[in-house]
Amino acid sequence: MTGDPDGGGRALTAVEGGRLRVRLLAAIFALAFLSVGIRLVDMVSDATPVRSAASGDEAARAARVPARAEIRDRNGILLATNVQVLSLTADPSELPDPDAAAELLAARLAGVEAAELKRRFTVGRRFAWVKRELTPAEQRAVLELGLPGLDFRISQRRLYPQRRLASHVLGFTGVDNQGLAGIELAMDRRLRETPEPLVTSLDIRVQEVVRETLLRAYRRFRAIGACAIVLDARSGELLSLVSLPDFDPNAYERARPAERENRCTGGVYELGSLFKVITAAMALESGEVGLHDRFNASEPIRIGRNRIGDDHAKARWLTVPEIFAFSSNVGTVQMAFAAGGAASQQAFLERLGMTRPLEIELVQRGRPLVPRRWIDIVSATVSFGHGIAVTPLHFAAAVAGLSTDGRRVAPTLLRRDGPPKEPRVRLVSERTVRDLRWLMWLVVEKGTGTKARLPAYLIGGKTGTADKPGKGRRGYDGEAVIASFVGVFPIEDPRYVVLVTLDDPEGDEGTFGFRYGGWTAAPVVATIVDRIGPLLGVAPSDPGARQRFFARLKIVPAMNGRTGEMEEGLAALDAGW
Amino acid sequence: MSPFARTNRGLLANWWWTLDRALLGGLLVIALVGVVMVFASSPPIAKRLGYEETRFVVKHLTFLLPAILLLLGTSLLAPRGVLRAAFLLLAGFGLLLALTPFLGTEIKGARRWVSVAGLILQPSEFVKPALVVVSAWLLARRPGMAGAPQAAALTGLMLLLLVIQPDLGMSVLVLAVFGVQLFVAGLPWLLIGGLAGLGVLGLYAAYVAFPHVQTRIDDFLDPTKESYQVETSLSAVTSGGLFGRGPGEGVVKFYLPEAHSDFVFATLAEEFGAIAALLVLMLFGFIVLRGLWRAYEAQDRFVQLAAVGLLAQFGLQALVNIAVNLNLLPTKGMTLPFVSYGGSSLLALAIGMGMLLALTRVGARLEGAP
Repeated sequence: MTGDPDGGGRALTAVEGGRLRVRLLAAIFALAFLSVGIRLVDMVSDATPVRSAASGDEAARAARVPARAEIRDRNGILLATNVQVLSLTADPSELPDPDAAAELLAARLAGVEAAELKRRFTVGRRFAWVKRELTPAEQRAVLELGLPGLDFRISQRRLYPQRRLASHVLGFTGVDNQGLAGIELAMDRRLRETPEPLVTSLDIRVQEVVRETLLRAYRRFRAIGACAIVLDARSGELLSLVSLPDFDPNAYERARPAERENRCTGGVYELGSLFKVITAAMALESGEVGLHDRFNASEPIRIGRNRIGDDHAKARWLTVPEIFAFSSNVGTVQMAFAAGGAASQQAFLERLGMTRPLEIELVQRGRPLVPRRWIDIVSATVSFGHGIAVTPLHFAAAVAGLSTDGRRVAPTLLRRDGPPKEPRVRLVSERTVRDLRWLMWLVVEKGTGTKARLPAYLIGGKTGTADKPGKGRRGYDGEAVIASFVGVFPIEDPRYVVLVTLDDPEGDEGTFGFRYGGWTAAPVVATIVDRIGPLLGVAPSDPGARQRFFARLKIVPAMNGRTGEMEEGLAALDAGW
Repeated sequence: MSPFARTNRGLLANWWWTLDRALLGGLLVIALVGVVMVFASSPPIAKRLGYEETRFVVKHLTFLLPAILLLLGTSLLAPRGVLRAAFLLLAGFGLLLALTPFLGTEIKGARRWVSVAGLILQPSEFVKPALVVVSAWLLARRPGMAGAPQAAALTGLMLLLLVIQPDLGMSVLVLAVFGVQLFVAGLPWLLIGGLAGLGVLGLYAAYVAFPHVQTRIDDFLDPTKESYQVETSLSAVTSGGLFGRGPGEGVVKFYLPEAHSDFVFATLAEEFGAIAALLVLMLFGFIVLRGLWRAYEAQDRFVQLAAVGLLAQFGLQALVNIAVNLNLLPTKGMTLPFVSYGGSSLLALAIGMGMLLALTRVGARLEGAP
């Protein structure tokens, strides 16, 4: 360089050559700074972060994470909502005197022990829970202490304003607001991800009536459990589902297992004579059995080594209406065999959906216990509801289908707007539906279910008193029963199915010691219908309908085979229905 | 209002009148922002590491004062003095750099730090500015691109040492800065294309060869796999809004271990808002563009190339750091010059920027100078 006279000149040229490149470089840098600046402005002006954003900041996160969706009844009444609650935490290293702070806090917060707090405030720890979910008064007391090192955490807490009213439907959520039972668990994702309230099919007014009425019977008859269902017979919407004993979902951790059990959808029971509705429908649909047919019920029926008798034995030949109305096992078994026996039963139960768990928006869904070998004795007992166990909801849904348009009804806990659109499986013909309605009316008018009779509405129904299986492997202990009644109203044009089951009721003076479904469960259904009918806007049955039902009934003299006296015999007229 | 009369021909007076005072002012303001940020962001981190809350603040301030003196002192040098200083630094710290794999302290999986006279130093920080100046001299002393092979050989040697550390972020930065110098030195466009291709290839090789590079890039490209740091950083920036949560009110520093260093920009945006963050960004942009303008006007090839190199180093480091904070680039351990907390690295930065100030003085030239 030095001593080269041209060196300076050449370098200067190179400098000048570099100038264009420097200018280009400056432009590139300007562009880079500009784009970073635009990104910064873009991120902030955009309310939501460009890519995902979860921050450690509690308040910001609480504000950003949408609250769990509310749950409402079909009319918009709140069933489950969220409230903000504050929890108290501490950074022990910032507490001037952890032991003194522990004493001060324990004196102001219910359920907090000073000794326990002192243990948690062990020096060196940076975080400790003091108390979860403070009351506003406690929050104020803590603020007034003015201690450094304490912090509030905002969190959401699930609140069930109706308390026990719909505990088994709603279920509950855990500490982190995750669904742990009921619809809260079954619809957990929906409730987390969509902020709109979840509208259920429940009608909380109906639920209140049903629970109150059932609770009274549950206590009066000292049942160990009870279930009541009100099902919209056309849409399958559950207006009410009550299982007793129940619990308060706001304090679910105190609920005992028996209280958490949903007896309407989780438990499977042998429903006994209720099943005769199904056997009758199957027999009538088969074409082999008509309302005029008579079967010999003069003595118990023998199948192999087994003997099947009647509770209310008439000891004579009975017409089909008499078999149904007086709930004759002997007659029903013969109807089932006349209709084809095991093969027909299996196919029919399959079509009714009685052989698999129900699809319902709950987690407790009982799996039916279905016989493995359909020998004659099994076929006989299934016809009157023993040897097969289903959930009460299975049965209510089946009755809904058989008493409305003869197609299967899928129960749901979500409000449906309009009738279900999906094609529905045909169960029976409309003629069978009409005959079955008449038979069910007859049970309430003249048979075992007269305790369900009401002045306002024509009710159809069926009683059931099933022996509970014994404690041992086989047989029945002959002590405990499941007493039940299924009601359909108004029977001339069914709108609702009401099912009540009482687990192991005891008769009292009012029932003359009887614990039959007709004495214990039927009056519950009657009270429910009487109260929810007007609530749901169901017009009272008109006298014309009553006349039409009566017109079909012919009362004939019949000789009681056991006492030899004359009594009322029932036969269907079948006059141009 | 000026400390010196224009007619004063003394060393300091000459310095004052020839210095780019806007550049110096910008640097001092950035250093001031750094002081504010170390106060704002470091106490929770110091506390979490079990130190006194003021530990990093005190350390930052104790290094900042010597750093400013070093900055001013270096800026007094004439270009030849800058070159000499660069040679000394390169020789001394280059040697240390070569020795760190053997006597270095391992921190977070890399041996980049050595203990010198009780100070924990990262030799690569000091090698960086020195290398740029020496490369500029090698490029400038021959006409055209004749000096390029020697400069490339020197840079390659330093790169090798850096890769051994391993310090890939720094290697990429050094490579990019050398590329910028070659570009300004007049590298033909065809070769520029070829080198750019090589650079991409090199990045790919790093991706394949180093697992930690691979995971970082994979995490960046996979939108579902947000790294905790980036996620927290992003939400910090967004939650700050235009005006910020207020000084000291940020929360990101409680969650991010690097809130005072690599992610200081997010802390800044969170506590002081996007407008303040934008102003800081503009300040960096101003320094780079102002410096480039002075390089554009330079009358000496060495001065031009050295200034451009130093500026590219400073600007790229700032851009990369901010871009990482805003999730425009995959995470890379690069600090924001003067704003991030830094002990000894402040000294290296001050030397680099002091050299820049010296080279951008009016009439600065290597050739023909005494």
